Amino acid sequence: MTMNTALLEDILTRHHHDPEALVEILRDLSTAEGYLTQEMIQAVAQALRLPASKVHSVATFYSMIRTRPRGKHLVEMCQDAPCHVAGGRAVWDALQQTLGIGFGETSGDGEWSLEAISCIGLCSVGPVIRIDGEVYGNMTPEKVREVLARVAAGGEA
Amino acid sequence: MIRARVLVSGDPISLAHGAEAIKMALEAELVYYGLEKEVQVSMSGQLGRRDILPCVVVYPEGTLYGPLRVEEVPYLVEEHLYKGRIAESLLAPADVLSGQLARLPRREGVLYGQQRVVLRRAGLIDPNSIEEYIAQDGYFALAKAVTEMTPADVLQAVKDSGLQGRGGAGFPTGMKWQFVVNQPEKKRYIVCNADESEPGTFKDRLILEGDPHAVLEGMALAGYAVGADEGWIYIRGEYTLAKERLERAIQQAEELGVLGDNLFESGFSFHIHVHAGAGAYVCGEETALLESLEGKRGIPRIRPPYPPVRGYHGKPTVVNNVETLANVPAIVRNGAAWYRSLGTVKSPGTKVYTMLGDVNITGLIEVPMGITLREVIEVYGGGMKDGRIFKCAQTGGAAGSIIPPALLDVPMDYATMQQNGASLGSGALMICGEDKCIVDLAYVLMRFFVTESCGKCVPCRLGTKRMLEILERLRQGQGTQEDLETLERLAPQVIATSFCGLGQGAPVSIITALRHFRAEFEAHVAGSCPAGVCPMHGPAKEAPVSHAYLGFAH
Repeated sequence: MTMNTALLEDILTRHHHDPEALVEILRDLSTAEGYLTQEMIQAVAQALRLPASKVHSVATFYSMIRTRPRGKHLVEMCQDAPCHVAGGRAVWDALQQTLGIGFGETSGDGEWSLEAISCIGLCSVGPVIRIDGEVYGNMTPEKVREVLARVAAGGEA
Repeated sequence: MIRARVLVSGDPISLAHGAEAIKMALEAELVYYGLEKEVQVSMSGQLGRRDILPCVVVYPEGTLYGPLRVEEVPYLVEEHLYKGRIAESLLAPADVLSGQLARLPRREGVLYGQQRVVLRRAGLIDPNSIEEYIAQDGYFALAKAVTEMTPADVLQAVKDSGLQGRGGAGFPTGMKWQFVVNQPEKKRYIVCNADESEPGTFKDRLILEGDPHAVLEGMALAGYAVGADEGWIYIRGEYTLAKERLERAIQQAEELGVLGDNLFESGFSFHIHVHAGAGAYVCGEETALLESLEGKRGIPRIRPPYPPVRGYHGKPTVVNNVETLANVPAIVRNGAAWYRSLGTVKSPGTKVYTMLGDVNITGLIEVPMGITLREVIEVYGGGMKDGRIFKCAQTGGAAGSIIPPALLDVPMDYATMQQNGASLGSGALMICGEDKCIVDLAYVLMRFFVTESCGKCVPCRLGTKRMLEILERLRQGQGTQEDLETLERLAPQVIATSFCGLGQGAPVSIITALRHFRAEFEAHVAGSCPAGVCPMHGPAKEAPVSHAYLGFAH
């Protein structure tokens, strides 16, 4: 991936080139680009005059900042108790079966990544999944297949 | 002349399901009938019922419609707002409200009998409008404080009210503020902890989405009381809607001069900034939060010194939960005696809970401290779902306790819960029926801590993992009596030796589960899961521990 320097500059400006805003800068960059490359980490370090090791250590600490490549679509599921007791296991299995990959994996064609996440505070409509940032509540195995098919077809999920 | 108000649920779920389109359709239909000057349409926060989103409430009747589709809007406007009849076919399903018609008592909140302090305005006002906040007594407490009261008066009012921190620990708020006042350093900060990440807890999100100005006003009052002129709101990165509303609220407040320099010509200045996190449960721990706020990894600091002595940038800092701060304006406005008339003697006030699991109504309630779990289930939860029998409740998120049926009638406040070896925690009430397995539940709760441990200290990093492995063996039917003894020994050790609240909270569910449901653990050792939930593949000496249902394999 070639680095989008204009985007980086834009994000840095939004946060006033403030080294204390490092967490927010990295999160915004990761959200926009999908994940952070070593090149981006170096560039942020240089712009904020911080050691690259520090930027790397912060980048790898937070779950919303990604440092590994991901598929075109990111499917996430809450793995915590409220979603679990609301029928989470069946949804969990349906996601893996439908996508043909396990949690923490990306499909061979680069289309899908499947990740487990911690509670995102939408517990009263559990089980909850999130696809490319859009949240879906009250999931069932049937709904999983339906929603994934719609996303795969390129339509609005 | 406004004769009716229509509120559209504006929470993330509703927005994802066309709430904006519904609002636009409402406005268009009102224009069609020439009612746009008589009927006001606003986007609100969460309206309390999660099962009927998107929904709208029509005031003054308080009629609740949902789940609503955009194509149903013309009929709704024609029937209710033009012809003045209830659009029966669109009413929210009555059965979910345990047979009651889905009508909300006017200006009484969302479910009957709630006493609302913190959520008084949520669902009644447009959170994007500072005028509506002000019309409901908003910023009155701040004006009164800075013009008629000394900082010491405000501090005394909060002390006298007996307000306790609503983040989980229940520490007296006034005492915390006093520590900051006692410091010689004059630069001080107020930090609002909005990094709500405890599984099952989303009360702070709904407070921020429904009534953001109340939190800002609470922070300004805290600032006045302790002599701070700057505040930070650390909000979790996932709460994008709440963050947007906060930022808009701050901008409006600064434009009107209720935040900023020289408030009400008093010489007191207060500025608020918002900082969004990036996904880390441990940042809810106050010193980890401060680290993260300074742009570092969210790893807890060595304490003491505690934040009131050395906090943000090493300066004296008040770190308070969202709900705590949202209580402050009402206390200053109505006085400590009024506040003490709510709740119990040892824990005055109300508590906002999120109700989840096997009850008929899930969602948010605000009730006086000291209500019992049975009342919550019967009155607000509409009873157990599908006639299930109550087995246990899990309070206060993953770090909370497992509550057995024997404690159903114990008043829920900080002190009484503690006496009974349980904790109230952050305000999540996850109700489980008899079809849930306690070992499976303990396993899922522990998995959260394994995922979220920051790794700084060994007891938490490895202790939680060892406990999870044992629970996994029990789920597989490969656990031994010795495993149970190890759990019983390990859990208190992790509490005693962990560096911060994360590790100290992690084993609480295991300890309480073992105390109240020991027989069920024994059954798993003997090879059967009474609830029929666990995989129970039976004893296999060399069977590898399966991590198929784990998110932390990488």
